[in-house]
Amino acid sequence: MATITELEVGRVVGAPLDRKEDAALLTGQAKFVDDMSLPGMVWMAVVRSPYAHARIAMVNVDGALAHRGVIAAFSGDELADEWQASLPCAWLPTEDTAQPNHRPLAVDEARYVGDGVAVVIAESRSEARDAAELVQIDYDPLPTVIDAEKALEDGSPLVHEEFGTNRCYTWNLATGEVDEEFAKADVTVKERYRQQRLIPNAIEPRGVIVQPFPATGELTMWSSTQVPHIARVTLSMVTGVPEAKLRVVAPAVGGGFGSKLNVYAEEALALVLARRLGRPIKWIEQRSEGYQSTTHGRDQIQEIELAATSEGKIRAVRAKLTVNFGAYLQLVTAGTPLLGAWLYSGAYDVAAYDFECTGVFTNTTPTDAYRGAGRPEATYAIERAVDALARKLGKDPLEIRRLNFLREFPATIASGLTVDSGDYDAHLDAALEILDHDDIRRQQSERRERGDTKQVGIGFSTYLEMCGLAPSRVLGAIRYGAGGWDAATIRFLPTGTVQVLIGTSPHGQSHVTTFSQIVAERLGIPYDDVEVLHGDTAVAPLGMDTYGSRSLTVGGVAAYHAAERIIDKARKIAAHQLEVGEDELEYENGTFSGNGNSLTTKELALQAWTAHNLPDGMEPGLEASFVYDPPNFSWPSGTHIAVVEVDTETGDVDLIRYVAVDDVGSVINPRVVEGQIHGGVAQGIAQALWEEAVYDEDGNLVTGSMMNYMVPSAAELPSYELGRTETPSPTNPLGVKGVGETGTIASTAAVMNAVVDALVPFGVTDLDMPATPERVWRALEEART
Amino acid sequence: MLALSFSLCRKELAVGQVSITVNGAEHILELEPRELLVYVLRERLGLTGTNVGCDTSSCGACTVLLDGESVKSCTLLGVQVDGHEITTIEGLATNGTMHPVQEAFHEQHGLQCGYCTPGFIMAAVSLLDETPNPSEEEIRHALEGNLCRCTGYQNIVRAVQAAAGVEV
Repeated sequence: MATITELEVGRVVGAPLDRKEDAALLTGQAKFVDDMSLPGMVWMAVVRSPYAHARIAMVNVDGALAHRGVIAAFSGDELADEWQASLPCAWLPTEDTAQPNHRPLAVDEARYVGDGVAVVIAESRSEARDAAELVQIDYDPLPTVIDAEKALEDGSPLVHEEFGTNRCYTWNLATGEVDEEFAKADVTVKERYRQQRLIPNAIEPRGVIVQPFPATGELTMWSSTQVPHIARVTLSMVTGVPEAKLRVVAPAVGGGFGSKLNVYAEEALALVLARRLGRPIKWIEQRSEGYQSTTHGRDQIQEIELAATSEGKIRAVRAKLTVNFGAYLQLVTAGTPLLGAWLYSGAYDVAAYDFECTGVFTNTTPTDAYRGAGRPEATYAIERAVDALARKLGKDPLEIRRLNFLREFPATIASGLTVDSGDYDAHLDAALEILDHDDIRRQQSERRERGDTKQVGIGFSTYLEMCGLAPSRVLGAIRYGAGGWDAATIRFLPTGTVQVLIGTSPHGQSHVTTFSQIVAERLGIPYDDVEVLHGDTAVAPLGMDTYGSRSLTVGGVAAYHAAERIIDKARKIAAHQLEVGEDELEYENGTFSGNGNSLTTKELALQAWTAHNLPDGMEPGLEASFVYDPPNFSWPSGTHIAVVEVDTETGDVDLIRYVAVDDVGSVINPRVVEGQIHGGVAQGIAQALWEEAVYDEDGNLVTGSMMNYMVPSAAELPSYELGRTETPSPTNPLGVKGVGETGTIASTAAVMNAVVDALVPFGVTDLDMPATPERVWRALEEART
Repeated sequence: MLALSFSLCRKELAVGQVSITVNGAEHILELEPRELLVYVLRERLGLTGTNVGCDTSSCGACTVLLDGESVKSCTLLGVQVDGHEITTIEGLATNGTMHPVQEAFHEQHGLQCGYCTPGFIMAAVSLLDETPNPSEEEIRHALEGNLCRCTGYQNIVRAVQAAAGVEV
């Protein structure tokens, strides 16, 4: 690995630099929310409903109040007046979207196991938890509905009586002559897939601390969140705390994966109770509590149909989703499946397109964004359907893919959006080379011929995704409640070091490292002279935070443009002091030269600070901000290949190879990019093979802790074989595309296609996730009989 | 009034006195029997580098060394380690120089959000102490009790290999 001393100043973009984030994390000095305490701080515990649906007949907190150390306890009813608005839902996709009033504590009715019903405040963590057990609640259980399709049936129990239905909305997107294409198609395939419910499992549980300043009405919140800026805006609306009095800080945050892209009841409760009691309040989630109270992911039934010619040219795609939203709409619950709405035609050139999504309420924990949010689901459906088409036509799945690839860029896809750049043959070729495709196919044939009990399967996923949320106008057009811009401020300090204030909020993504590289290179200063500050609304008040692989393609580009503004101003000062025209100045690696003299950006920073000799009318200081609203999404693509060995006697699936070749545009730090892909791939593999959140009919979460929800360890996962191709994005000056979610988006389909590929000779093509030994064994048994 | 009832309760809970050596320093502590070692470290001693990621001894974020061997500190009571030596992530560097395993995690990009990292490092230190030249397979199995959601484990495995002197 290159170290900074080996690198020239001005040549740091693209280098695999060591991370600046590491030192604090490696030595235990990083401060996560639970690592902080404040004088006079008290603890909050939430009492949660053990019923999936019940009328709350009575709440009596007297028992809790009598417990030692307890300061206060409240029912939902007693706090009802604190709320100025429902907990936020930032995306209501249709005019008639049913939005329930989501209070931080339930009043009258609890609607899922884990719904908050009462809250206890005590001097210590254990006293708060002990006393929470002493709150008496009488519940009248009500009928429950867990399954989204059943919830749409006539006569289903209703999660929210007032809507008269469990349907939240139905949303459509159609282009081209879909019915005609299906009518004249040589061949059609119709598939039904299940996206099981997943639990995100960021290793740091959620937590919040609120410090009130009663004299001024100010409140500071430290939260384990991906979205401090969005939390500040929305919590101000929920609690009535004026936005200007509210500061939100995301300190070190231990992973998110979408589960912390939310604004939660506990944040609102801690705020209003700190305000009410005048003491700092802390709440830290217990893991099994979080399994009920932190959003889940996926949970869709997908129906996909392809219309194609006999050669395998896909003419039309129809996709229909039924999505389980759970009991309430969290921040982007309703919009999450729609992030995939444009992608059900995959990386393929298709003439006609019809997508429909119905969101449904059930008595379960709300679902929301989980790494990839909508795009892993879309990719899974189209990539499995393409394999089904290949089987129906008796053709090689790669031949079908190549026949249908988008090839002219920018490309308008069937759903109407424009793909920036790509070369899909290039990453497919590169992946096949790494794999040694012919050799693997030979091994597969040999095992098939000799009836080996360990069959080999090879699965492909040639994905296309859209990320980097994104043009604010587009988001507005699809009724998202916020913009898609992001902001950066660069401040040259008089001694020549630089602060970069960014509006994105990292929780593992290496923004400090990556943004330092961008700024150091543009300003021609050492990498170590750049400090990146983030995740604090008092330090960097403008920002849209981190999710949807947006931080580099939006925030990183904002930092680039802010650096350009710094250079523009520095050039004016240099021209003035060197007595040459601005046009006559050369700028390279932080030095302006002209007229036989030169000045560095560092020297100019001091000049701007003393302000003794600036052009007439120029403001002192060398500082610039930029708010960047991208003109398009970014469109990463790639080929992922999984090779599995399936034991046909036990149903056990062993993932023996995993090849990933991604095109994420230009790369700022290849090490960081590689790490993002590794982690994403692992999560997608885990959906295919192991993870599933299971409810019983009464709405109890059967997989209620890490003991029975299978988060994979190092022992289950292979080493990944990575390659990279590069088509820079023409829509931003860095040429970058998102990388945070590509691994998850691509890998689930590749693995399931590999499992099915191994089972085809046995007549098994219909297989749900996760492909556990039991599920595979049962499918084989069924096919045998 | 509050203070009085508090002290009465403490008496009922049969507080036990223990002596624990943590990162080389001896601490005499009065502990409630139910206090988990991880909270003794974090909340009594202020050593917050050891993290808590679950409540079922599944994730390994709280891994520390007990007399040189890795244990999950959420699975032990404070009173159980009376007379023993504990090493936490804060005690691993010597004179400001990181332990080779810490250094290897840095060089191999074996961490992203870093929350699971102290636990992984302690588990890896213990592994390499027992098995100085582990195979990739042995590393993966030895780290089975630690969960990471960011890295997909590949660079963690590489880091342990690098710390063991394997060319990676």
